[in-house]
Amino acid sequence: MEVTTEAKRIMVVALGKLYSSRTQRGGLRLHRSLLLTMVMKSARDMYHAAQETVEWEAAEEQQSPAEEPTYAQMELQEGKPLSSTGEEVESSPAKLRRDAYNKENMSPPRPAQHSRKRRGKAAVEPDFLPCKKAKLEQKNSPHQLILSTVLLCEYMNCSSEVGAPPAPMPVQRTIAAC
Amino acid sequence: MEEESDTRKINNSFLREHNYATEADIISTVEFNSSGELLATGDKGGRVVVFQREQESKSQPQRRGEYNVYSTFQSHEPEFDYLKSLEIEEKINKIKWLPQQNAAYFLLSTNDKTVKLWKISERDKRPEGYNLKDDDGRIRDPSTITSLRVPVLQPMDLMVEATARRVFSNAHMYHINSISVNSDYQTYISTDDLRVNLWNLEITDRSFNIVDIKPANMEELTEVITSAEFHPQQCHTFAYSSSKGSIRLCDMREAALCDKHCKYFEEPEDPSTRSFFSEIISSISDVKFSHNGRYLMTRDYLTVKVWDLQMENKPLETYQ
Repeated sequence: MEVTTEAKRIMVVALGKLYSSRTQRGGLRLHRSLLLTMVMKSARDMYHAAQETVEWEAAEEQQSPAEEPTYAQMELQEGKPLSSTGEEVESSPAKLRRDAYNKENMSPPRPAQHSRKRRGKAAVEPDFLPCKKAKLEQKNSPHQLILSTVLLCEYMNCSSEVGAPPAPMPVQRTIAAC
Repeated sequence: MEEESDTRKINNSFLREHNYATEADIISTVEFNSSGELLATGDKGGRVVVFQREQESKSQPQRRGEYNVYSTFQSHEPEFDYLKSLEIEEKINKIKWLPQQNAAYFLLSTNDKTVKLWKISERDKRPEGYNLKDDDGRIRDPSTITSLRVPVLQPMDLMVEATARRVFSNAHMYHINSISVNSDYQTYISTDDLRVNLWNLEITDRSFNIVDIKPANMEELTEVITSAEFHPQQCHTFAYSSSKGSIRLCDMREAALCDKHCKYFEEPEDPSTRSFFSEIISSISDVKFSHNGRYLMTRDYLTVKVWDLQMENKPLETYQ
């Protein structure tokens, strides 16, 4: 599954660059940050598209009705953490789009970012980096990109039976493992 | 702003062999003047070094084409924006020469936030024979002055001095990526990521914003301006390139704010070549008009393209 590993690697590298550019001399470079964000989104979309094709193939092979609700449930789970980023969700299944739209309406407004450093567009701040603000409950936090990727890894690695979802591993360890 | 003629004798190889180059010496921009006689380079340390082509000599005809250091000056210094707690880099992003109108040379140099107009002039004579001070500048004791004399201009070693004539500052919220002098020789534009500002070369405290692509909500930002240039003959036309691979041609006579383009040049993306980086490799880094003003040349990550101004849907030539 080179596409997914490549996508994960690209997302991690892009995030690292985005983060290090904040401390760079001369301030945040808008063009550079924009390109990095686009690469990340593109990698994320490709990752999801690849995952969905894998699941569809797995579901069709087994052709068991018991599998369908599992997939639908996994889709729903995917939709929720993703959509709470507050950005446009570009995934193709219409179901995800509907869920995303509803989630945007239901999730609380993002906390105002009063950082003095200019952030450019919606900045993605991974949870594992030290944050001085009081953290919202993880499910509703707008900065879910890396966390959702980690959760997806967990789901894909699990067996197909739906048990209690495993507690998300400490994110540093998971990213290093990618 | 001083420049000894000694530097003209310093050979480039001296610097290379003795490893004097540091990060501040990294060259960030180069620009020939219109005749090609002068080559200006800007570096990360905020310095501008101007090279001059060697004079043609009959004894060594093959040496024509070599450039020697003509002038060196510190154009920009690092600054600190206290309001945003940001350091402003002194790295020179762009240099543009003004057309020559007298014996002095003029160029515009810019870092991330400030554009400066520099005058580079030669001095090869100096007045000697003052009454009240001697040639070293020391005041003469009045009791020793017995006669009056008229100061005379005497030849001296060539000295090239650079002086800052104008400083255009505080007009850009984002980092300036290009400047372009108009063919009317009175105005120029400076371009940052989201805006293009029009300046008069004589007026430093005011500029006009002619393009603004900043969205109301910054989260919806998808495109930034990467470069802009005036048309070489039509003083009302300019083009600007974007990070999405499009070029827009604008006419300033249409409206004060040129957000609406006259022409829009973009080659549709080939869907078969989709990869992780498809969206960003089309970002155009530079746009230049041809001398006759009928063609545009653009450079993106993998290709150089030549466009006909009359054909907007695809380039004439693509070089990879």
